[in-house]
Amino acid sequence: MSAVQTASPPQEDVRRRSPMAEVLFSLLRSRTFLVGLAIVLFWVACALFGEHFAPYDPLADDIINALAPPSREHWFGTDQIGRDVFSRVIVGSRDILTVAPLATLLATVAGTALGLLTGYFRGIVDDVVSRILEAFMAIPVVIVALLAIVALGTSKTTVIVVIGLSFAPIIARTVRSAVLAERELDYVAAAQLRHESALHTMFVEILPNIIPPILVETTVRLGYAIFAVATLSFMGFGIQPPSPDWGLSISSNYGMIGGGFWWTVLFDALAIASLVIGVNLAADGVHGAFND
Amino acid sequence: MVFLGGQVLPGNVGRAILGPFADQRAVDALNHTLGVDRPLLTQYWSWISNFVQGDMGTSYIFRSPVAPFVIDALGNSMKLAAVAFVLVVPIGILGGVIAALNLNRPLDRIISLGGLSVTVLPEFVTGIILILIFGVWLRWLPISAAWPKDAGFFIQLYYLILPSLPLFLVLFGYIARMARSGMIEALDSDYTRTAVLKGLPWRTVIWRHVLRNALLPTITVIATQTGYLIGGLVVIETLFRYQGIGSLIFTAARGKDFPMLESGILTIGIVYAVATLIADFLYSVLNPRIRLGSDQ
Repeated sequence: MSAVQTASPPQEDVRRRSPMAEVLFSLLRSRTFLVGLAIVLFWVACALFGEHFAPYDPLADDIINALAPPSREHWFGTDQIGRDVFSRVIVGSRDILTVAPLATLLATVAGTALGLLTGYFRGIVDDVVSRILEAFMAIPVVIVALLAIVALGTSKTTVIVVIGLSFAPIIARTVRSAVLAERELDYVAAAQLRHESALHTMFVEILPNIIPPILVETTVRLGYAIFAVATLSFMGFGIQPPSPDWGLSISSNYGMIGGGFWWTVLFDALAIASLVIGVNLAADGVHGAFND
Repeated sequence: MVFLGGQVLPGNVGRAILGPFADQRAVDALNHTLGVDRPLLTQYWSWISNFVQGDMGTSYIFRSPVAPFVIDALGNSMKLAAVAFVLVVPIGILGGVIAALNLNRPLDRIISLGGLSVTVLPEFVTGIILILIFGVWLRWLPISAAWPKDAGFFIQLYYLILPSLPLFLVLFGYIARMARSGMIEALDSDYTRTAVLKGLPWRTVIWRHVLRNALLPTITVIATQTGYLIGGLVVIETLFRYQGIGSLIFTAARGKDFPMLESGILTIGIVYAVATLIADFLYSVLNPRIRLGSDQ
């Protein structure tokens, strides 16, 4: 190696990187993030390609071998109508990994729009909208979901809308406080002096500058959305049979738990646990990367 | 709002109870006896004024007054919540304090990370795993919360330990984290340094100076968790087949039993408001800088 290359101090490399590359770099160095991401990607792969490497059809029953304990043929045993639990756990990631991200996306879009509006206009708009949002936040998600599902019936769409709209106020609050800080800056005043429309100022000028807090909040919410989707399908609202969804499988099998058929629920419970912890680890990593 | 949510959106009550094959005249007759064919505002007024007088209406399904059901269920839920709270408040605070006193050492890592991971898990997941461990494999605790009739206090307590554990785990993380950060802040403050430099024994500094200041935000957190706790109760009571307010609402929602559903949810709202009030009161008792009224 030549002396010229070693002479340049390493700090200069860091300074030349764009802020986005900086964040990516510190994400890739964060062990928490990588472990979380690995877990999440594993389940995403199962959701996408699970059918191809699952040993059995997750919906095929086999009454003769019902409730068989784990064995070499059925690694995780079989459920009450003889379906292979291992295959069901693998394919069971699909529904929760569609519903929860869509709900989070809805919450982020709605929450960001509301947060921009309340933070930018302040005054009476802020007062009215914020009070309404606070009232919404006081009601537990499960209760909102219960009422909505009684009224609208069970479907994946209902679950997405309920969770999305319940989480939107929380994201709106985060966005609002970020906007309040941004709108005092010179570039916003410059845009206003140029007579840009309020919409332009909000979405073209301010929005790109508050992406980091929105991203952090979104990853955190994804963890809660998975929590909520799993809980709702366990309660029988939302994802419906014969989907091999984890929460649903637990709710249809836990009645027999006293009989010692532990394999019908344990693996689904562990799957939910690993996914939730994975998302939370990744969210923790994202939070750390933006706040260093 | 609760009333509107329950009343406006769903379809025909009589139809829902009698099923899709019932005679239309029977449906109309039932709707009339239940009073659901009256204008909405009339229904609302009679509902809210009766509720205030302690009359919660008549259940569509049981055809008997709602109030005894709701009161029973609320009592049961309070027992369950009380067990969870009695366990979690001291242990959570203790965990946070220990973590803060061992800041960044392995013990702190274990408490913080462990607390965080159990907090993010859905209650029914931890519930299932706990049932498997303590109920099915070790057989230490009963897997259902339905105790035998005429069970005494300790028998009931014994049946409530397992259902209260998932709630305990979720709350533990929150409380320990708040107690930890409160402690760190208080340990770092000038008055703590003064107390140490005054030559007070370490134990006295912690008890008299640090803890009192550190626990204020924790108390607020505990109170705000009441709202969460109610959501958690719906899940836990279903999982353990416990006749509480959560499972009452759940069953009422499934059966479209609106008087029951509305009374249940309104009761929860009242409990929530009372809990918040108690928290404010406790806060002012513990914090000498805030005093209610004119006691000085």
